[in-house]
Amino acid sequence: MSGVIPLSWSLALSATLFVIGVVGVLVRRNALVIFMSIELMLNAANLAFVAFGRSLQSLDGQIFVFFVMTVAAAEVAVGLAIIVNLFRLRETVFVDEVNLLKG
Amino acid sequence: MSVRMPVLLPVDLWALGAVIALSVGLMVMLLLEWAPVRPGSPRGAILSLLTLAAAAGSVLYVRDVARSLFGGMFVHDGFTVFFTILFCAVAALAVLLSWDYARRTRIGQSEYYMLLLSATLGMILMAASNDLITIFLGLELMSLALYVLVGIRRARLESNEAALKYFLLGAFASGFLLYGIALLYGATGSTNLTRMAEFLAASPLQNNPLLIVGGLLLLTGFAFKIAAVPFHMWTPDAYEGAPTSVTAFMSAGAKAAGFAALLRVVLHALGGVHANWAPMLSAIAMLTMTVGNVTALLQINLKRMLAYSSIAHAGYLLVAVVAGGHEGASAALFYLAVYSVMNLGAFGVLTLLGRGQEERVTLSDVAGLGFRHPLLGVTLTVFMLSLGGIPPTAGFMAKVYLFGVALKAGWIPLVIVGVLNSVVSVFYYLRVTVAMYMEEPALEPVGISWAAPGVIALMVCLALTLWWGVQAHALLALALRSVQGLM
Repeated sequence: MSGVIPLSWSLALSATLFVIGVVGVLVRRNALVIFMSIELMLNAANLAFVAFGRSLQSLDGQIFVFFVMTVAAAEVAVGLAIIVNLFRLRETVFVDEVNLLKG
Repeated sequence: MSVRMPVLLPVDLWALGAVIALSVGLMVMLLLEWAPVRPGSPRGAILSLLTLAAAAGSVLYVRDVARSLFGGMFVHDGFTVFFTILFCAVAALAVLLSWDYARRTRIGQSEYYMLLLSATLGMILMAASNDLITIFLGLELMSLALYVLVGIRRARLESNEAALKYFLLGAFASGFLLYGIALLYGATGSTNLTRMAEFLAASPLQNNPLLIVGGLLLLTGFAFKIAAVPFHMWTPDAYEGAPTSVTAFMSAGAKAAGFAALLRVVLHALGGVHANWAPMLSAIAMLTMTVGNVTALLQINLKRMLAYSSIAHAGYLLVAVVAGGHEGASAALFYLAVYSVMNLGAFGVLTLLGRGQEERVTLSDVAGLGFRHPLLGVTLTVFMLSLGGIPPTAGFMAKVYLFGVALKAGWIPLVIVGVLNSVVSVFYYLRVTVAMYMEEPALEPVGISWAAPGVIALMVCLALTLWWGVQAHALLALALRSVQGLM
């Protein structure tokens, strides 16, 4: 299969995206940026699903991506509502300024 | 994936009854918003109870058949029936506890009950799934509903903060879980748990990096959801900031759902490679028990203390998972049922404390409660004794059976750590009792919002806690029967 991108390349890209997402969640303090990083992680998984689906010659992987995209959309709806409500109450989206609960 | 039209027999429709009833029920509740009712009307609560009764009844009707539907994605077996009934019961008790609490804290609009039902639906799907993708979908359905429920008192800073933290960490965990699923799919060629088990039995590819990394990511995702150390940080904040009725529901239901999915994955799909993951899970179990119990010692807010206690209980439950086999799985089911009842009861007492919108849940708030309200004091004492594992309560029986199974499976250090932890935990559970009977309130005494539905729910929890403490055979036999089809 000449001209086809090898599985290892797709997987390397997917792993890179996933690690960027994880690092983004851990180091950034802006709730919106953290949220974007989480979406990046989900899309890294999508890429892995598609790549595996292609190499295994099975449609399952391609179909799962639709489920994941739906879930991600629902997550955006809920997550942005929570963050907007946070901004209304406190006028901040930085998670280290949100620290009433501790112990 | 073969392209075939699924043929559903009547028995399959009964087996799917819980899913159908809950989906229909929650949509009807949303549609009924066309005819608004005055605030504080019990319409939402009554509709939820009817829906839950229909869901549980439908599954009970076909409890003895085993079916596999939708290409093996949804299975109806003893395990599914056990957890469906458990989730419906937990949700029904939570509805009863919310009845008055939601009204007086002004969160009792119909979307509150609708979200409660959709979270229950997600839990049922998690327990009934035999495919990693449907487990993921059920988990997300449950989690998304719970994120909103935690933040439903949106004018309250604590509630909003809890929702934000729960959401960010929960979504983060979902990312791990999903990536783990993707890698396992690549390694085994399927997301179906049965096919994965067959694949692993046929070709022991223990050193395949995809399989190892995928399995680790999957376990990390689950550890977040069941609040195991070191992925437990969200639990105390989410439990403390959420409305107390929601805390009661999620501490019992969400944890049981996480363990239901975990049991299916590790005992069914990964059962053949038990020796590979058991030592790691046993280390997590030890850490979880110890960190949960030691941190709980320092808390003065009861919701926070019970949150750490629920972390510790996740540790005990992991001991059962590590022990594995039919006995370990049945110990986990038995423990989950008992834990749900006593935890709902403990949080349920807290929903009665305080009048109007106030929240009175610290140790000093319950000081002297045992004399001013003797029945409430005795009730809370029984739940505390049961959580601490003192006879003659259900918590004692559950712990004895669980540690007995682990001992028989040869996990002696794990059992020693577990028993020592139980001893430590008695200290902070009894401190609540001491405060109720031996201390005087510093501020004005806490007012009690008596309400018939909440009291009924508490009486049910109390009766079950005491009954299973002396007559556990029936439940134990049921748990053993329920796990027969699992492995």
